[in-house]
Amino acid sequence: MMIEALIGLCLLGAGVVMFTPDRYAAKVAFGWSLLPLALSGLMLLNFDGTGNALLGGTLAFEEQFTWITLGPYDLSWHVGLDGISMPLVALSTLLTSLAILSAWTPITKRQNQFYGLVLLLEASLVGVFAALDFFLYFVFWEAVLIPMYFLVGIWGGARRKYAAIKFFVYTNIASLVLFIGFFGLVFGLGDSISSLDLPEIAQALRAGELGSLAGGLIGPELLALSAFVAMFIGFGVKVPIVPFHTWLPDAHVEAPTPISVLLAGVLLKMGTYALLRFNFTMLPEVARSLAVPIAALAVISVIYGALLALGQSDLKRVVAYSSVSSMGYVILGLVAYTSYGLGGATFQMVSHGLISGLMFACVGVIYNVTHTREIGDMAGIAERMPLTVGAFVAGAFAYAGLPLMAGFAAEFFIFVGAFQSTVIAGNGMAVMTALAMFGIVIVAGYLLWAMQRSLFGPFEFDGDYDVTRAARHDVVPLVVLIIVIIALGTFPDDTFFRMITDAVGPLVDGGPAEAAIGSGGGSS
Amino acid sequence: MMPLQAPISPDWLALTPAIVLGVFAMVLFLLDSIDPDESNDGLLAGVATVGTASAMVVAGVFLLSGVGAGEGVSVFNGQLVVDGMALFFTFIFTSVAALICLASIEYLAGTDDIAGYYSLVVLATTGMTVMAAANSLATVFVSLELLSLPSYGLVAYLKNDRGSVEAGMKYFLIGALSSAVFAYGISLVYGVTGSLLLPDIASALAGGETLANLGGLLGVGVLMLVGGFAFKTASVPFHFWAPEAYEGAPAPVSAFLSSASKAAGFVIAFRVFTVAFPIETVAGTIDWVLAFQILAVVTMTLGNFAAATQENVKRMLAYSSVGHAGYVLIGLAALTGQGSGEIVLGAGMIHLLVYGFMNTGAFLFVAMAEYWEVGRTFEDYNGLATKAPVACVAMTVFMFSLAGLPIGGGFLSKYYLFAGAVGAGVWWLAGVAAINSALSLFYYSRVVKAMWLEEPNGNLGGIDTRGYPTGLYSAVMIAAVATVLLLPALGVFSDVAFEAANAVLRLGP
Repeated sequence: MMIEALIGLCLLGAGVVMFTPDRYAAKVAFGWSLLPLALSGLMLLNFDGTGNALLGGTLAFEEQFTWITLGPYDLSWHVGLDGISMPLVALSTLLTSLAILSAWTPITKRQNQFYGLVLLLEASLVGVFAALDFFLYFVFWEAVLIPMYFLVGIWGGARRKYAAIKFFVYTNIASLVLFIGFFGLVFGLGDSISSLDLPEIAQALRAGELGSLAGGLIGPELLALSAFVAMFIGFGVKVPIVPFHTWLPDAHVEAPTPISVLLAGVLLKMGTYALLRFNFTMLPEVARSLAVPIAALAVISVIYGALLALGQSDLKRVVAYSSVSSMGYVILGLVAYTSYGLGGATFQMVSHGLISGLMFACVGVIYNVTHTREIGDMAGIAERMPLTVGAFVAGAFAYAGLPLMAGFAAEFFIFVGAFQSTVIAGNGMAVMTALAMFGIVIVAGYLLWAMQRSLFGPFEFDGDYDVTRAARHDVVPLVVLIIVIIALGTFPDDTFFRMITDAVGPLVDGGPAEAAIGSGGGSS
Repeated sequence: MMPLQAPISPDWLALTPAIVLGVFAMVLFLLDSIDPDESNDGLLAGVATVGTASAMVVAGVFLLSGVGAGEGVSVFNGQLVVDGMALFFTFIFTSVAALICLASIEYLAGTDDIAGYYSLVVLATTGMTVMAAANSLATVFVSLELLSLPSYGLVAYLKNDRGSVEAGMKYFLIGALSSAVFAYGISLVYGVTGSLLLPDIASALAGGETLANLGGLLGVGVLMLVGGFAFKTASVPFHFWAPEAYEGAPAPVSAFLSSASKAAGFVIAFRVFTVAFPIETVAGTIDWVLAFQILAVVTMTLGNFAAATQENVKRMLAYSSVGHAGYVLIGLAALTGQGSGEIVLGAGMIHLLVYGFMNTGAFLFVAMAEYWEVGRTFEDYNGLATKAPVACVAMTVFMFSLAGLPIGGGFLSKYYLFAGAVGAGVWWLAGVAAINSALSLFYYSRVVKAMWLEEPNGNLGGIDTRGYPTGLYSAVMIAAVATVLLLPALGVFSDVAFEAANAVLRLGP
């Protein structure tokens, strides 16, 4: 009942906070958000799952009972965690608490509604990562959109309404596409499944039970291919993969900073998590046969995202576009189909969640003080806000892959996995990987240049605001994130990587991963 | 008529919901005639609410305790049959009516003849309840009129409001025309088959001889019946009265017509076509499944596109109601004989149940906005959430559930419909419906956007001066809670609905 308790706590918290007077809402929300955080920490310590959730592994905290029976299919409440979803649940609860803390300064109107919606969002996010029945999964997946729509639309910047609608419409159409794609598979499986339980469907698909649709008009191969493409597009919008990324900068720039933290930190991971769970777990053959175009899209996302970041003068846009770039690495790791590739991709989801959360939070703190995010509007901020700038620099280095930080470990695993990969004949994957590495160089170079212009040098600022140290509650999230990033980078195995490789192992032909490398060392 | 094992005795007790409603309508008349000059609004509203709610409870208990299980209880020589479907729909009608009665107290304050209003609502509900059980074309027609005549009066209830009177007039004229067409259709069917009882019509057609000789005549009759149903359910081609009537009528009446009266149209359509003209008998001569497929696609598409272009919230809801009629028509349009018909038909029933709550709630929210004198267009709703956040949460639930987001039962019931259609081999119908449903999010979210994201226009003073209308507000909240709860708890109703649909489909020879 741990997962139910976790979701229930968030929902209850949302209800309580909505009816708390504005004066106390921020503090009550933060205090309450520590409960799910503590609970997820407890779950992490007691985690006893092994293997992959969809491929017959032992799940932690599993619960299953039938919800509704519709004709041949049972819909059930089925939740559980494996080594892939556990880290993401932990990430969601951590980032929610920190986002709430970082909202204390910027959010001044309708506070109880704001924090209530954030907790509602947390409940849905946990549900997305824990659900193991397609219907339940889809309910949570859609439920994430609703609080997000309001959070961007009410508390966002000047063009918030446009951004909120764009986000809402984009992701809803994407949901429809993936829904249709998935149901193509379900109907194609016919009598070989009796429920919408994801493990059952995944195992049936891998056992080759897929039949044909429309009276043989669409054969199994074509059906698998079209379902793969539909789901890839549907989930790809969320990631986002170029060319489905155009909603992201709008949503990010207009969203209030604490929401950007959650959007980049957790919501984007819903897309890559779903790609891993659905496309790459259920239809491995198709994924392998499409390796070239997928890897190409990944490389394009990496390079194009980085180049787009180059063209921006707004710090938040820089970070937003660099997310497109980082998520490209995740796709590269997934398509590599090696235990390092898949494991690294999952590790990158967590690591990027923390790093981009840190970067957005830093931009937010600087904005709280200066009320600008334009690189040219300020210089030498470091003198006045040493801690914040320090955190920003740390974040940039983490992005650039400084060893001993989480970004390094994740990207290193991905590159190792991608180099080893044989999904593309010859040295194809190695070439793709080499190309993708340029993305890091571009982003790192650009971040350093932007920092040098705006943060260092003699102090210069022509706004009317008094640039002084940020409030303590603004800096705490930054420090916490840096500590976690370093911890993950230093001990990847003992934190999440061993758990992750254990869970992705069954996806790879070679069985479970062998001893992991990385600075943490040790055996798995 | 087959001998039936009655699970309740004497048989007529199965009609308790209708009897309760009829008695309460008389009590309302009586109360008013005791002291016609005294205004005792609260008492009248209370009696009407208690009456409809107790009929709802009885229907619910009957439904879950299996009174109508199997072929149901046949009364008056088979003229009425109380089976699962009848009780299921009775539950829908009475729950909507109870919400309406509860919600009308403040809305009607200051108008005269309040007793008339409530007794018309309760009488119309009685008509619906009888319609749900009608097993012969004669009882179908009588109960249809028992529903229609009070409805005309209700639409024109605001006698000093030109819009209301005009709407009532239009509704009456089109209603009278469609009744005439319907009656003509009945006479043709009677002429061909020699019976008005639905099962007997089916047996008369069973041999195939009648069909071969008089198929054309019967076809014209059936087409006229379809026209009658289309009127009552606000489907194309007899939908055009709906936006006028819903916009002009008092908002609680619009809620009543668009939720309960629509469902009543569907219950006779479901029963008449599945029992009297089973598709396996009439296939080849009268392909009503094809007719309903065309109607479904046209209705949902037209309703959705028209809704998207409205500026007035009530009109938008009116067209959205046309669109939803299109979705429910899938319940008949997908009875292709392939796949399981009970899922298709049951899904239509479930969608009407969920729709009963979410649509009634949405119209009642509009009633509340009218009570606050906020205005009628999307712009007038700007910033409403700053003044009335809890009510706006309820409206948001209704809008998103109508659009099919998984925040309420609307998501599941639409899923049932689409899955049923795919299972029946008409995946293109499911596809059209899914696309329509996705598009509908556009206009539903306009309401949400106005309420939550826009700044107030300064027209919200009514909320402070007039305060919260207790009855109306509680009705909105009850509808919202029911809409949300129907997501996890739909299983309770869906099992009953599938069972009921199964029983109806097997009744045909």
